[in-house]
Amino acid sequence: MPATPIADLAGLGFELATRTFFGAIATKQMNFLNGITVLLLYELAGEVTTAFLQLPVPGPVMGMTFLFLTLLLRHKTPTSVGTASSALLGHFSLLFVPAGVGLIDHLDRVANEWLPIGLTLMLSSTIAMVFTAATMSATTALLSKRSAKNV
Amino acid sequence: MFNSDATTIWVYLSASPLTGITITLVAYGLADRLYTRADRNQLLNPLVVSVALLIVFLMATDTSYEAYFEGGQFVHFLLGPATVALAVPLYEQISRLRKIWLSVSISLALGVTVSTVCSIAIARLLGASAQTQLSIAPKSVTTPVAMAISKQIGGLPSLTAVLVVITGIFGSIVGLRLLRLIGIRDDSVKGIAMGLTAHGLGTASSLQVSAEMGAFSGLAMALSALFASVLVPWIVGLLG
Repeated sequence: MPATPIADLAGLGFELATRTFFGAIATKQMNFLNGITVLLLYELAGEVTTAFLQLPVPGPVMGMTFLFLTLLLRHKTPTSVGTASSALLGHFSLLFVPAGVGLIDHLDRVANEWLPIGLTLMLSSTIAMVFTAATMSATTALLSKRSAKNV
Repeated sequence: MFNSDATTIWVYLSASPLTGITITLVAYGLADRLYTRADRNQLLNPLVVSVALLIVFLMATDTSYEAYFEGGQFVHFLLGPATVALAVPLYEQISRLRKIWLSVSISLALGVTVSTVCSIAIARLLGASAQTQLSIAPKSVTTPVAMAISKQIGGLPSLTAVLVVITGIFGSIVGLRLLRLIGIRDDSVKGIAMGLTAHGLGTASSLQVSAEMGAFSGLAMALSALFASVLVPWIVGLLG
């Protein structure tokens, strides 16, 4: 496909069209669109960084860290990012549905090992939850007592 | 005649992403309505109900998970930007966070270690196969991260995804009651424990209780994902 001028022309047309279109709806929808664009850009930045530096951290978590640092520096959340964030987080559990349906491919394994799997999930979740809550309560109390003493 | 037409249409539709994404949204919509009608009874958790509906539907129509995921991946994909979006509720708790960041970090690092060691040790004691043990190790980590860890340590990422979701459901059903039972009153402590154990699903149910609990749960989920991606492979290496 050597038709570069045509591709360029098409690109220009697309850009003009999107500008006109998005310019016309500079309202709430635009906010959402801007917000989701920002979130995707941060995710992409996270993916690129972790790939380049070969970090063991997943891209989206890195992207979240970047966004958090940006908000710290800006001292406020832009409306667009706030709108997109609450739209996505408002239905957070929907996003887990496709992964959950994956159970269909593991019905055999789960049927064979349901007892160890089920008990492990329940016991270790209970232990982890109690342990973390207890550690958090204890360290908060300890550290706040120490800082009170220093003052 | 009609029958063969219908079959042709079905063959076409079942191969297109449109079907997967639509049935996902329809199932979730039905499940969510049922959940609201039932006064938010956790036994009718919309995620459990919609997953069950979809599995029954796929089995009845003899559709493979792969074909379903052609469409499902579009919903699954949104987990990425949604994870990034967690920076927002977290930032809104910055003044609380400044005061307790040290105890949060200590609790989460220890919590991830205890959670991972317990998962592997209990699964091993109860005679789970080696691959199941490895797939279960990152069960409290948020789905995309857990799948990456599972792949790295030699587990089955797709099994891990399912175990993560089941853990999340268990945590959000039992968590709040359990924490009340052991006398935890502080919403930030509850949020931290919920997010560490039950990741995004714990965060979703924490958000329903209070913005503070939700933010701390989101924080715990994000930080523990960071800790886990370093600690889990290391612990697996130690436990051999």
